[in-house]
Amino acid sequence: MYNFDFEKPTTIADAVAALASDEAQALGGGQTLIPTMKQRLASPAKLVSLTGIAEMKGVCQNDDGSLTIGGATTHATVAAQAGAYPALAALAAGIGDPAVRNRGTIGGSVANNDPAACYPSAVLASGATVITNTREISADDFFQGMFTTALEEGEIITGLRFPVPQAANYQKFEQPASRFAMVGVFVAKFADGVRVAVTGASEDGVFRWSEAETALADNFSPDALNGLAVSSVGMISDLHGSAEYRAHLIGVMTKRAVAACS
Amino acid sequence: MTKITMTVNGKTVSGDVEGRTLLVDFLRNDLRLTGTHVGCDTSQCGACTVHVDGVAVKSCTMFAAEADGADVATIEGQAAPDGTLNAIQAAFQEHHGLQCGFCTPGMVMAAADLLKNNPKPTEAEVRHHLEGNICRCTGYHNIVKAILAASGQDVSQLAAE
Repeated sequence: MYNFDFEKPTTIADAVAALASDEAQALGGGQTLIPTMKQRLASPAKLVSLTGIAEMKGVCQNDDGSLTIGGATTHATVAAQAGAYPALAALAAGIGDPAVRNRGTIGGSVANNDPAACYPSAVLASGATVITNTREISADDFFQGMFTTALEEGEIITGLRFPVPQAANYQKFEQPASRFAMVGVFVAKFADGVRVAVTGASEDGVFRWSEAETALADNFSPDALNGLAVSSVGMISDLHGSAEYRAHLIGVMTKRAVAACS
Repeated sequence: MTKITMTVNGKTVSGDVEGRTLLVDFLRNDLRLTGTHVGCDTSQCGACTVHVDGVAVKSCTMFAAEADGADVATIEGQAAPDGTLNAIQAAFQEHHGLQCGFCTPGMVMAAADLLKNNPKPTEAEVRHHLEGNICRCTGYHNIVKAILAASGQDVSQLAAE
């Protein structure tokens, strides 16, 4: 890979300052960025590591019951410490493999918005809030298409705040080689409604399946989804599965997630 | 170049690295600790697994500068100073847990990571934990058996492969 300058600040303020220069790039756990740089698909002039910033690490429960997770918190830590939101902890425990989970971070995953990543579905289905160094962004406004988010240049995800649903479940149909989601569905049931977010399937990245949300709000059972189908238009089609296959899987995985909730 | 200092297998070491120097390259090329292998170089295979501050990581997918100040453990530090194998290494030998041996350093380090947190894993838990470690000889049955034996469990009923 091409060489670069490396900085490892210990405060958010120092990281923001370091990222102000041209072609600087934030480095989370590096489990996506380093392979990308090896392939020379990215060649930042400077990497600013966020892993030394203590104020961006950890899981804490707020007075209203919601969970705030620091942007530099690893998947392994979320899996171990987000027990107040079991579906989220289970999702984190299923990302990649143990060594990847010890390095990869929630903020890095969400900022990258890989169309097959697990976390974006949890953030969107939970109606979580993305907290940056300058503002708070609702999940509905944050994800803007494959690898595209509302983040500005140099803006850092310092944390995420998750409301904890009454019931929730994540079902992932793994692409067997990479273990990324071929289709992943996160269902979250709140007092005022149900949110269903789908990852892995769409060329636009994570999205909400609104017809399923409406049906499940009236009748929170797998049967409520009978007869509903997602169009294959705009679904990813590759050697692992056609667009039609992925569209079909969305229905199957959503039913499984609802069944696992109740 | 950046000067970094870390503890590797209990010994303090220093070196000058570029930003792009991977931890595995620092271990192998600068420290000459060539027991840690580079298999795929894409964080799939786990041959490069080492421990950083007590947890398993893939050293091909971590910059050396990120380990500045860290406590690193590699395969070279697993046996006693007199060469006596630790329980996991001895079990790999006893149960033929290696064929060509290329994946073995990563397998042993992954197993140590598992047994530290889960001293008596089930067979399913061992297999799940090894998801990120690939044995291209496909010698998984005996690797799993060796790890179960290293945890002190009776493996006599497991099928010999």
